Amino acid sequence: MYWLFNSSLGRKFIMSITGTCLVLFLLFHMCMNLVLVFSTEAYDMICEFLGANWYAVVATLGLAGLAALHILYGTLLTLQNKSARGSQGYSSGNKTKTEWSAKNMYVLGLFILLGLVIHLCNFWYKMQFAELIGSPDAVAAGSGLVIELFSKAVYVVIYLLWLFALWFHLTHGVWSAFQTLGWNNKTWYRRLHGISCIVATIIAIGFAAAPIYFGVESLLNGIMTLY
Amino acid sequence: MDKDINIKVRVWRQQGPKAKGHFETYKLENISGGTSFLEMLDILNEQLIREKQEPVVFDNDCREGICGMCSLYINGHPHGPDNLITTCQLHIRHFKDGETITVEPWRSAAFPVVRDLMVDRHAFDKIIQAGGYINVNTGGVPDANAIPISKLDADEAMDAASCIGCGACVAACKNGSAMLFVSAKVSQLALLPQGKIEAKARAKAMVKRMDELGFGNCTNTRACELECPKGVSISNIARLNRSFLGAKLSD
Ligand code: HEM
Ligand code: SF4
Ligand code: FES
Repeated sequence: MYWLFNSSLGRKFIMSITGTCLVLFLLFHMCMNLVLVFSTEAYDMICEFLGANWYAVVATLGLAGLAALHILYGTLLTLQNKSARGSQGYSSGNKTKTEWSAKNMYVLGLFILLGLVIHLCNFWYKMQFAELIGSPDAVAAGSGLVIELFSKAVYVVIYLLWLFALWFHLTHGVWSAFQTLGWNNKTWYRRLHGISCIVATIIAIGFAAAPIYFGVESLLNGIMTLY
Repeated sequence: MDKDINIKVRVWRQQGPKAKGHFETYKLENISGGTSFLEMLDILNEQLIREKQEPVVFDNDCREGICGMCSLYINGHPHGPDNLITTCQLHIRHFKDGETITVEPWRSAAFPVVRDLMVDRHAFDKIIQAGGYINVNTGGVPDANAIPISKLDADEAMDAASCIGCGACVAACKNGSAMLFVSAKVSQLALLPQGKIEAKARAKAMVKRMDELGFGNCTNTRACELECPKGVSISNIARLNRSFLGAKLSD
């Protein structure tokens, strides 16, 4: 088991497994959000179902563990790679035409993390967390929170920027995870790269639907505020 | 006919492994477009010797793209701006009249600078010593078709075997990773019947040595395959990942 910690391919294996699980979670979460666009009642039913029930809490803990591992290992890899590169950089720069996202996974990751903190404060803290500590202010029906949040222009913009960073992270991340696990070859590289862009785009658009829909709705109703 | 051009070369000068280095700019006049990059450096060195200065130290041997010695980082690319060639195959016609050409050594913690543009690439030899061979004598060249090997495998093994160990992959990689080199050296053997038997142990031993020597973790940026003078593909890295993970999970 030590190879998972002390070999480069072991560390990469953890990155790809945790990354893939996070992608699967995002797909699930996205479907949930899309429900809200069509029916607030159905959405609130899901929120009720995923409140502070034992299975929802266990799943949340598992998810937090995966995210923590991904961030921890991402940081470890980035630091190790910096020192493997050496202290002396190239004066003529690096002009190899690699994809921008591939070289900026950590910066994109940090940006995603920042968005995640804001997101958890916006929703999770007021819903599941408040319910867990038995706060009387706990919100069970999420739809109200969402509609209120996206009537504030700043939050619509923050969420869209956040999704943009996520999109970049995933255009590289998805095919990279396959490559790390060894499921790639000359024919499949192009296909996987295409699949990567499609998955990233589906996730980004799927999540953007709620902020855009409710943002535009509040704008049309004349109740949009700046923040 | 290629035109003669005047150029400036901005070269990294460093007295020894521990010394502090710096850039020095030299002027060269009337260099013909057909001059190879290394011949240009020869001309520079003759000029320096005439002026009673120390010549620039750089690695080279075959000067025909097969030995992998000519490790120069030129204008932002390992082996210069042209694709699929080594520095010795690069010609001055790729540069403009009056251009300043920056020449640096490979930069990677595992490849320390020996002097000027020469780096120590022993780390690659150490990786090969960890298992990049077949342990028994497999005899002479077998009769054609005595051992059936699919065309696909034969081609892939041949492509992997074209790696000349130049280190451009490490030099180009923002992570200082040697995965393209190691995966090529693992694949050239693992794809053929003689090398298949030890494939798992070889993959584990070579990756272990690679990690110990301080090379970075591959994050699939593809800089290596874009700069490799032999066009070695990252599909070899996928193959190495596959056999390494397979070996570890079946342990
Ligand atoms: C919802 C959030 C996230 C998802 C779905 C996700 C997904 C992925 C995937 C699939 C990979 C590719 C793994 C591989 O190459 O084998 C990856 C790589 C990476 N992620 Fe994330 N990630 C997320 C958040 C983060 C965060 C918050 C950070 C750091 C602060 C981060 C840092 C990195 C880094 C540095 C890499 C590149 C490492 C490598 O290629 O080995 N990620 N991510
Ligand atoms: S894989 Fe390509 S770049 Fe790397 S050492 Fe071999 S020939 Fe050079
Ligand atoms: S000197 Fe041999 S490859 Fe360039």
